[in-house]
Amino acid sequence: MTTIEQAPANWVGQSLRRKEDPRLITGSATYVDDLTLPGMLWMAIVRSPEAHARIVSIDGSAALERPGIKAVYTGEDMRDLLAPLPMAWAPPGVEQKTPERWPLARGKVCHVGDAVAMVVGDNRYGVVDAAGDVRVEYEPLPVVVDVEEALKDTTVIHESLGTNRAHDWSMGGGDIEQALADSDVVVERRIVNHRTAGAAMETRGVIAEFRGGELTVWSSTQVPHLVRLFYAVQMGISEDKVRVIAPEVGGGFGSKLQVCAEETLCAWASKKLGRPVKWIETRSENMAASHHGRDQVDYVRMGAKSDGTITAFHAKIIQDLGGYCGLLTPMIPELGAFVMTGCYRIPAVKTDITGVYTNKYFTDAIRGAGRPEMTHMLEVTIDQLASELGMDPLELRRKNFIKPEEFPYETPYGITYDSGNYEAAFDRALEIVDLDGFRAEQASLREQGVLRGIGFSTYTEICGLAPSRAVGPSGFGLGIGLYESALVRVHPTGSVTVFTGTSPHGQGHETGFAQIVGDRLGVDPQVVEIIHGDTATGPMGLGTYGSRSLSIGGVACAHAAEKIAEKCRQIVAHNLEADAADIEIHDGRFSLRGDPEKGMTLAEVAGCAYIDATKMPEGMELGLEQSLIYDPTNFVFPFGTHVCVVDVDPETGKVSVLRWVAVDDCGPAINPMLIDGQVHGGVTHGIGQALYEQVVYDDRGQLVTGTFLDYALPTAAEVPSFETDRTETKSPSNSLGVKGIGEAGTIAATPAVVNAVIDALRHEGISYIDMPLTPLRVWQALEEARGRGGGPRGSEQGVELPPQGEGSAGSGPTIPEGGAA
Amino acid sequence: MGRTVPLQVTVNGEPHRSEIEPRLLLVHYLRDELRLTGTNIGCDTSNCGACTCHVDGEAVKSCTVLAVQCDGAEITTIEGMSGPDGALHPLQEGFWAEHGLQCGYCTPGMIMAAADLLARHEGDGPITEEEVRKGLEGNLCRCTGYHNIVKAVQAAAEAGRGVTA
Repeated sequence: MTTIEQAPANWVGQSLRRKEDPRLITGSATYVDDLTLPGMLWMAIVRSPEAHARIVSIDGSAALERPGIKAVYTGEDMRDLLAPLPMAWAPPGVEQKTPERWPLARGKVCHVGDAVAMVVGDNRYGVVDAAGDVRVEYEPLPVVVDVEEALKDTTVIHESLGTNRAHDWSMGGGDIEQALADSDVVVERRIVNHRTAGAAMETRGVIAEFRGGELTVWSSTQVPHLVRLFYAVQMGISEDKVRVIAPEVGGGFGSKLQVCAEETLCAWASKKLGRPVKWIETRSENMAASHHGRDQVDYVRMGAKSDGTITAFHAKIIQDLGGYCGLLTPMIPELGAFVMTGCYRIPAVKTDITGVYTNKYFTDAIRGAGRPEMTHMLEVTIDQLASELGMDPLELRRKNFIKPEEFPYETPYGITYDSGNYEAAFDRALEIVDLDGFRAEQASLREQGVLRGIGFSTYTEICGLAPSRAVGPSGFGLGIGLYESALVRVHPTGSVTVFTGTSPHGQGHETGFAQIVGDRLGVDPQVVEIIHGDTATGPMGLGTYGSRSLSIGGVACAHAAEKIAEKCRQIVAHNLEADAADIEIHDGRFSLRGDPEKGMTLAEVAGCAYIDATKMPEGMELGLEQSLIYDPTNFVFPFGTHVCVVDVDPETGKVSVLRWVAVDDCGPAINPMLIDGQVHGGVTHGIGQALYEQVVYDDRGQLVTGTFLDYALPTAAEVPSFETDRTETKSPSNSLGVKGIGEAGTIAATPAVVNAVIDALRHEGISYIDMPLTPLRVWQALEEARGRGGGPRGSEQGVELPPQGEGSAGSGPTIPEGGAA
Repeated sequence: MGRTVPLQVTVNGEPHRSEIEPRLLLVHYLRDELRLTGTNIGCDTSNCGACTCHVDGEAVKSCTVLAVQCDGAEITTIEGMSGPDGALHPLQEGFWAEHGLQCGYCTPGMIMAAADLLARHEGDGPITEEEVRKGLEGNLCRCTGYHNIVKAVQAAAEAGRGVTA
């Protein structure tokens, strides 16, 4: 393919105001709940109050007597579905035991919030009233909530599987046990990476209309094409008769990377009743029945030579799957495992992952998906290793960094890091923070009783999902390749419409992609419209998640635009009687190199292609349109250094984040303003997990954090302004050199916070505290360290605090009996 | 629908008379009856503030106010913030210029809360970062990390026009 020789880069690189914003700031955007169709009915779902129970009977008669109620359906009524809800990962050579998950429970419930019936009626409030009248008799079963307890199989949740153990997955490189045995120091730690919620501000919502044999669905989703594909499988409607639209989507963070039960329920009910059916999730439903994230118990061991050379890193991960598997549930820790070496040269690495069912809602991808957990393990363990070696944790990192000249770098895992310059980002961060000044201030504050700490996190992540051969059915085992599509259409007047298979929900693709296409066609991004989230308008696409949109979808748009530009050059050359190789984009025109007065605008070229065919080269097809699918050859690996400064209140244990420095490298910036925005939000998400957010179930499987009253998201008052900067290392994986930035902040953040708190407390004898670092946990650690015992172990929201991660050099293995093999 | 009661309100300068269920929430009245869908619902427990609008000049979370409580009131929603010619309110301009939004779902409520905050701000000096952060504590955003929201509100205040429409 010919590319434009002179890349004008007029629009790329600029912090253009977003094209999306006018509709959003005036209240005229259209989210799912803003839509009303003629004759539309409402659906409410009856959800289980039991964590584990057999369904004895369901009686909807009282509900049906209420005015306006059209139907009550149970799982038994939906036996005509052709398939259960999907789990899309079948790793070759690994036995993954997956229970069937139906949109409405069949026979038993496995977590609080499991859907047992739906009520459909003509009034928003009326269906909720009626749902309360559906009488469900349950026979409660023993409940298992703790993931390590579940491994014992005393209570088996899915009888058909015979065990709660879903799968064991091991991967690594080098001889881990030998490397650990040969190490001078081995640090061991049990780390709980607790359960969190995606908590997009817009909950999920669906409207389905089955009419004239065709199904149209509006869903607040990150993956409209996957939803359509699955409708075809589950309801037996051919894809050409299904249209899925993701209208304005109010945030996702992975929580809408799902094929949802409620999508099926609305469509099935609409087909049955001949009316459109709408469901809008309440926040309490969202907390109970939109997938959660994280939730692992990790046992890590890191070995090093006494000079600080890291020799081995081993992680045994016990993953809490919850009661079922969602679309990607069991593969989340594996995604993290691919970057378990982080920014370091570690010759021996191994991950042993065990997935386990418990009586909780299922976990799945939430911003970072496996990579925040792995980065947390790695970065808090490195700080502990530095402490045990008596080394500066920064020098320890620097000593073990993969050097810029070593890229592309093949890790012991067999993954090839595309490019990196870890020291450059690290040095830039150090330059911004003024560490010497900080240490002096810290010492003087400590004398005054103020506990201030600084924490570092250096990360690399794997994104740009993904090379289809590597991740597809014959590779890593996903049920589909993760290519991306673009269709670029130049209109007769020279304006441009671009259809992308990505499905943004706040990231700003309409602006950033327009900048990319604008440069390549010599037009202002204002006349480039980016259309997304509608399966009827563009080619098959895979959606937005995994920081993939720019490096896959954006690159697809660039390639399609470049192909059109090449055609434009030939048309212009024909009209100027010049050579196409001499036509370049200059000042918004395709013009003759060296004589820019001679040239044509895109509108004039379009006039040839659509209006006056005599001006086209002989034999050239009319029109200016290009559709293509781009499949990358490798992943991309963004990286960076984040620094957090905290104060810990010695009396209450409250942690305050005072300062945040983020130096990220995601390759060349398309729109720097959008990058900064992603970092701000990503870091805040990580601060939330580190300090405040936790999904809590009690020992009977009751959800304690069912609303935002109990699930504490950070507010503006809890976070500082962020100091962001960038280094720029191109990726050789794609022609734009770009990487990804959507998840970077979240991946980097939690260890930076924890390391900062430990830096403030290490002189008190505290070497680790599990997240979330609530005032209670920190205060308790301080009390215990100061020999005051801390009293009985406290509780959070009525649930006893879990045992604190223990273990250090020489303390022996802490792998549980029957734990990960 | 059961028993109904009469309601008379003025929304964005336009008078409305309706017969409504006594239990109808203000936010559902605005969204479903008047089709003013700019006001969003994020939580049902008055934590997130996505549903913030102004009732008689004060910011309220309309998901926890009954519509009947507003009988006779003057209500302003996000749709009433721009000028009649479509000119943006300084806060709308500020959010756009400073990239104070991503998915946009919290934005209408955030703008309405910020307008109330600026209207109540006392003192001659510019509103500080800390005042904005504390003042917007009742509005959640999952996308922006608040950094640019704070800048947007300060920019609007600095424009000297950050008052309730």
